[in-house]
Amino acid sequence: MKRKKLKSNLITYGIVIAAFVLVQILTYTGNLSSLLKGLLIPLCVYVVLAVSLNLVVGISGELSLGHAGFMCVGAFSGAFFSKCMQGVIVSGGLRLFLAMLLGAGVAAVFGILVGIPVLRLKGDYLAIVTLAFGEIIKNVINVFYVGIDSNGVHVSMKDQFSLGMDVDGTVILNGPQGITGTPKDATFLAGIILILVTLFIVLNLIDSRDGRAIMSIRDNRIAAESIGINITKYKLMAFTISASLAGAAGALYAHNLATLQAKKFDYNLSIMALVFVVLGGIGNIRGSVIAAVVLTALPELLRGLSNYRMLIYAIVLIVMMLFNWAPKALEWRERYLSRFFKKSVKEGK
Amino acid sequence: MKKFSKVLSVAVSAAMVAGVFTATASAEETFKIGGIGPMTGAAAVYGNAVMNAAQIAVDEINEAGGVNGAQLEFNPQDDEHDAEKSVNAYNTLKDWGMQMLLGSVTSAPCIAVEAEAANDNMFLLTPSGSAVDCITAGDNAFRVCFSDPDQGLASAKYIGENGLAEKVAVIYDSSDVYSSGIYATFRAEAENQPFEIVADPSFTSDSKTDFSVQLQQAKDAGAELVFLPIYYNEAALIFQQAAGMDFAPKWFGVDGMDGILSVEGFDTSLAEGVMLLTPFSADAEDDLTKNFVAKYQEKFGEVPNQFAADAYDGIYAMKAALEQSGATPDMDASTLCDAVKVAMTEITVDGLTGTGMTWSAEGEPSKAPKAVVIENGAYKGM
Amino acid sequence: MSFLTYLINGISLGSVYAIIALGYTMVYGIAKMLNFAHGDVIMVGGYAALTMMLSYGAHPLIAVLAAIVVCTLLGITIEAVAYRPLREAASPLAVLITAIGVSYLLQNVVLLIFGSSPKSFQSVVSVPDLKLAGGALNISGETIVTILSCIIIMTVLTLFINKTKAGQAMLAVSEDKGAAQLMGINVNGTIALTFAIGSGLAAIAGVLLCSAYPSLSPYTGSMPGIKAFVAAVFGGIGSIPGAMIGGALLGVIEILGKAYISSQLADAIVFAVLIIVLLVKPTGLLGKKIQEKV
Repeated sequence: MKRKKLKSNLITYGIVIAAFVLVQILTYTGNLSSLLKGLLIPLCVYVVLAVSLNLVVGISGELSLGHAGFMCVGAFSGAFFSKCMQGVIVSGGLRLFLAMLLGAGVAAVFGILVGIPVLRLKGDYLAIVTLAFGEIIKNVINVFYVGIDSNGVHVSMKDQFSLGMDVDGTVILNGPQGITGTPKDATFLAGIILILVTLFIVLNLIDSRDGRAIMSIRDNRIAAESIGINITKYKLMAFTISASLAGAAGALYAHNLATLQAKKFDYNLSIMALVFVVLGGIGNIRGSVIAAVVLTALPELLRGLSNYRMLIYAIVLIVMMLFNWAPKALEWRERYLSRFFKKSVKEGK
Repeated sequence: MKKFSKVLSVAVSAAMVAGVFTATASAEETFKIGGIGPMTGAAAVYGNAVMNAAQIAVDEINEAGGVNGAQLEFNPQDDEHDAEKSVNAYNTLKDWGMQMLLGSVTSAPCIAVEAEAANDNMFLLTPSGSAVDCITAGDNAFRVCFSDPDQGLASAKYIGENGLAEKVAVIYDSSDVYSSGIYATFRAEAENQPFEIVADPSFTSDSKTDFSVQLQQAKDAGAELVFLPIYYNEAALIFQQAAGMDFAPKWFGVDGMDGILSVEGFDTSLAEGVMLLTPFSADAEDDLTKNFVAKYQEKFGEVPNQFAADAYDGIYAMKAALEQSGATPDMDASTLCDAVKVAMTEITVDGLTGTGMTWSAEGEPSKAPKAVVIENGAYKGM
Repeated sequence: MSFLTYLINGISLGSVYAIIALGYTMVYGIAKMLNFAHGDVIMVGGYAALTMMLSYGAHPLIAVLAAIVVCTLLGITIEAVAYRPLREAASPLAVLITAIGVSYLLQNVVLLIFGSSPKSFQSVVSVPDLKLAGGALNISGETIVTILSCIIIMTVLTLFINKTKAGQAMLAVSEDKGAAQLMGINVNGTIALTFAIGSGLAAIAGVLLCSAYPSLSPYTGSMPGIKAFVAAVFGGIGSIPGAMIGGALLGVIEILGKAYISSQLADAIVFAVLIIVLLVKPTGLLGKKIQEKV
């Protein structure tokens, strides 16, 4: 049992490292298309987002529709930090590392703040409240204006004129227009390291005593409580770790684009992350990694279809869901496909 | 489950590998122009207008024999009004062998794409990215439309100098770069003008159907004129709701307001007396506009808006700059950019959105906005 | 006086949310699924009515009937193709994700057929505005019709569920699918009927939404859809009077928040109130208490 799990985990790490090596080889031989080169960092971001959400949805068994909110907090705190420190810290790598740490930390604080009231609720009500928190975070960031001049930091909630800055001041966070000109520090290597760290944290948590406690709450809350497991503590733990990983992913995201707006982090992004998790298999970490990569790359690979692109994407999404989840489809697959994949079935066992 | 994941991952990695290899740029005899804009999603109306009009311009130029003896090829890509997708679209176009870029259409994605394009020294001409930062990352970028500060300044001056009102209210979209950018300079310039801003309610893209509160605030403040630095979709709703509450101030709009008369099913009597500063009006009587509007309507069944006009002019500006520089299609993007960006400052273009347009080295166009008023359901010069 | 005006505006907006929320709550109450595509069915209803009026010159009432027919058929089709196969899936999340796929699908189909330009919708309402206090207060005809339709639909639905056999079957299915089947109730048929009614209501909501805020684009449905979902949860999802109260309250809070606190934070205020309500009353204002089984 234990060895099997270890093997499965090693395969997951192996896939990520193999992908990294493959991309490096392609880069050095000049065979990597610009599109894929540009997609590498977003792919890393979405993989981390999906894995971290799977911790809440799959392992802890709570439906969260506000995951983008934590990513938003991480992205803005990270970008803000880098904008301020642009002159102080010269090394892009160090700046990115500190920004990601900060993003993760701030998101974790928000995870605790949101988690304490929210985790008392259940099911669809929990979902709508997390969605509400995500939207609140987005809306509140939208009204903040922050500028820096020789006198220090100015904050306003009305508009950039109310900052009352000297002429030498620069507006850093400009309300709904967000942060422009974050240094482009993100690299694919940083993204891969973040994925590996995320996998390490999540996979180890699942195999630990704490992880088993979290899963026991998911499977039967009352039974878990009756054997003395502190429900609130463990739920909050999963929620906070997940939030902080999303925050780190957000910081990485912010350092990849010249512009960052809170609008990006609305409920649609949270739902997108949920789609990755459900399609990859709830609780299946490797599945999340694969689903995130597939669903992020798919609309780009479909560009040849021009006008029909998003239509086909929607149909593919529905068909994949039916094929992956419908009991009839599973039965059918069992009956017909297993004939062709007998070998892989045996290996899979 | 497991089996399927395996099958899936194999299939996808196969697709990836297929997509990974760079398309070897073939030395064809065409200039490759890429276009980026929202063609799906809530901002699709703007992106589609640009792509349609650009295609019309490209077809016209090709029919007339092309540029420097070569044909133009146009490849529009969707960015869903999202900075990240816009960069993806940009990279897709680079793989295609793009030499010049018309886009991005909307401001925030344009800022992200310009950062990439400046790095690559790719010539970028945005038809409608009006935020200041859209073209500041490098000297490779130009725009066709006015910048936001220009419009705010011109509107405030026009209202002040013509004594249109003493009490002015502004309703703007605080979540939109375009709208809040115009508002910012309008407000700064208002200090120097003989009118007072009595109310400045805003709205956001999440709640842009109900404007009763904003209108009530403007009404309560006794505004005689309401300045609307917003797009025509929201403006149409505002006129309708204002009519419902018996609020009839003077209305003053900017170029985003253009298109209001062509909204299908809109009661144009509601827009009677609306003043706007716009570089383009689809009802203009000159041959260029008539010809363009007729072609656009025939092909796409709609009256073109100002985004379409900007894109049409953008393609013709590219043509003029290519001719001026004597560039050839076998140049790579960076060499071409070096030649064309110099030529851009030397050319003069007579287009739909202005006659005698010239560009500064910073990329800003110089053209005069026209003030028009809507009378009997049509624009009339003021 | 301006407070009263705001209040009336809030109720107008709220009545639109309420009528959308009725469809949401109906489907949720019986089928126990969050139908994220509901907002897009509303949008389809708007386009169906508009096409009837513009292209065929139909009378507004006929246009509304046509929209109801189109949406009902659409609802039944969506349920049969995309939702029914997943009803017995291992996780209830599967059908939620499919609903999102259906939402994208509807948006993009309409985008391809009708184009991206927003269309101005002609109001189907010919009721004159109601002027109070010497014209200082104005209640639009659309608001009056929307509120009246809301009340009528609410009453008819309540009667239907409590007094008819099909309605009782719905209640039974919502309580326990397995037991209902054993009692000889056609579960698939009952759920299909629920979707048909819910989608028919969406068509009415779509026409009224577009009459009150006459701008129609392929994305018109998504934001009101989410707001109405919030309204339904607010009132206690699954409860028909709850949807009505939730919608009205949501509209009033949104407008008053905009007017007196901040127009940019109005949505944040709405969501904050929702959170507070749910923390105090975890199943919404009129929601049923869930008994926990050990």
